[in-house]
Amino acid sequence: MLVSENETLKNNIIKWAEELGKDRTILLPLLQRVQKKYSSISPYAMQIIADLLDIHPVEVYSVVSFYSFLNDEPKGRFVIRLCRTISCEMSGRDRIARQLQNELGIAFGETTPDSRFTLEWTNCMGMCDLGPAMMVNDVVFTEMTPEKAHEIVERCRQTFSAFALQNKQEG
Amino acid sequence: MKAKYMSPLTFSTILPDEGLKKAVSIKRSEILAEISASKIKGRGGAGFPTGTKWNLAAAAKDTTKFIVCNADEGEPGTFKDRIILMDHADLVFEGMTIAARAVGSKEGILYLRGEYTYLLSHLETILQKRRDNKLLGDAILGVEGFQFDIRIHMGSGAYICGEETALIESIEGNRGEPRNRPPYPVDTGLKRHPTVVNNVETFAWCACIIGNGAEWFLKHGTAVSTGLKLFSISGDVERPGVYEFPWGITVSEVLEKCGGRNAKAVQIGGASGYCIPRSQFDRKIAYEDISTGGSIIVFGPDRDMLKVAKNFLEFFVEESCGQCTPCRDGNPVILDGIERLEKGTCSITYLNELRALSETMQVASKCGLGQTSTNAFLSILEHFKDECMGRGRE
Ligand SMILES: Cc1cc2nc3c(=O)[nH]c(=O)nc-3n(C[C@H](O)[C@H](O)[C@H](O)COP(=O)(O)O)c2cc1C
Ligand code: SF4
Ligand code: FES
Repeated sequence: MLVSENETLKNNIIKWAEELGKDRTILLPLLQRVQKKYSSISPYAMQIIADLLDIHPVEVYSVVSFYSFLNDEPKGRFVIRLCRTISCEMSGRDRIARQLQNELGIAFGETTPDSRFTLEWTNCMGMCDLGPAMMVNDVVFTEMTPEKAHEIVERCRQTFSAFALQNKQEG
Repeated sequence: MKAKYMSPLTFSTILPDEGLKKAVSIKRSEILAEISASKIKGRGGAGFPTGTKWNLAAAAKDTTKFIVCNADEGEPGTFKDRIILMDHADLVFEGMTIAARAVGSKEGILYLRGEYTYLLSHLETILQKRRDNKLLGDAILGVEGFQFDIRIHMGSGAYICGEETALIESIEGNRGEPRNRPPYPVDTGLKRHPTVVNNVETFAWCACIIGNGAEWFLKHGTAVSTGLKLFSISGDVERPGVYEFPWGITVSEVLEKCGGRNAKAVQIGGASGYCIPRSQFDRKIAYEDISTGGSIIVFGPDRDMLKVAKNFLEFFVEESCGQCTPCRDGNPVILDGIERLEKGTCSITYLNELRALSETMQVASKCGLGQTSTNAFLSILEHFKDECMGRGRE
């Protein structure tokens, strides 16, 4: 079972690398694809990438560890990132933070036991006129209220596709 | 995501691709001369003259050159590039194409911050339309040998990648750690080739300048800070959003426009900028007085300014790339000092040591982050001393 999972991971990485071209500059786009599809970048994935680009796996790891949207440890299926920077702090970040913690039953930096949600802080997202702002995976939410926080978490709990769709319309 | 409030923008009045059509009808040297004559300075914060930058890149003897648009927009309180990319992306791509024509480049890259992933498909659609309309690709506008295309490179959540050499490292597939400057990117940039890095807004204005002429651009602003500028206004104001103002506008005029008349202080230039108290609201926003990439954060009468300073320092502790000691180790010490002030356990002697440390960080740090991270703390301390001293411990 595990072997075949690794096998498809490997095949995917090779396919993506071919699409992107094979020099070092594809490293970040390649890692981003792995991250998006597998929600983390495993040591095995790093090894495959290192082999493909002919660099040391440690070098791949050093890049993964540098960027806050890339991670080697598995995270929840929904990574919720709440902006903690000044304009959002002034527009009510703390209320949203409390509500999210209450909804999810975890603190910032933690993942729910069912691996569905990870809650994190992030820095200014460029939505300062529409604070408090947060992201769920790639999707941005603005002018957050505690009620909205509850609704979004509920929508995530239901189905991902419906949730993604609804946001396209809002955006 | 639309801005909460938006003033009318000049960009909306510009005829599409007027600048590019003009650019293919004149000599490369004339494009460069026009940009230089407009005296436009970079809109990303550092304020380097764009004409000088393009001239240096044009003069470089290399057959491979790159045009990079910095859309990393990570400075706290800045979001005008988000609006430009959403409503006027064509103008940005047009500006990049004109730059390519002027310096002789075939390859452009837009470095888009990961937080703006939702803009990606919109931007890709516009790029494809431009290719279909012969505004990108081979023989642009039918001009033999004028070949240029643009691709988008996504960031992955690192403020420091907005620094131009860190951005280049990031495109190359490395950690986003700033390089020593010099050499500058115009000389040794992406893959060691000459590279023009400009802000989103800078490229958009350059397209307007070539279309309408430098004279048109010079009608606004001051002698040193020419033209109009987009500002991102947030915080305690009635109408937060994106505003276009001429350089040289005073802080109080800005507050008047956005509904922030009773502000007690304004942070100009984001976390790395300065905190301006009410007594200085008659100062001008311009490169020669208060310089900024456009971030204006307004603080109402009840805001705790020490808490503001703390928020900024937390930001820098988190975002320092950790490459050099003054910045990596200095910022946490300053943050700890702020926490002591909060608790009322900071002696004046220690506070003076913190000031000295800040000065060391300003001179000894490798890049702009460490060189400016204590500006906010120092200016808040200077102007709101009473608020910062003798707290807590009841
Ligand atoms: C820590 C740091 C972060 C920066 N972030 C940005 C940014 O997000 N966007 C930007 O255009 N310039 C940013 N800059 C400035 C760039 O290094 C560079 O000066 C700019 O992109 C040049 O373009 P311009 O001359 O058109 O402003 C940053 C600089 C530093 C030191
Ligand atoms: S000043 Fe800070 S961010 Fe800049 S290179 Fe040094 S450690 Fe990195
Ligand atoms: S401060 Fe939260 S988006 Fe800018």
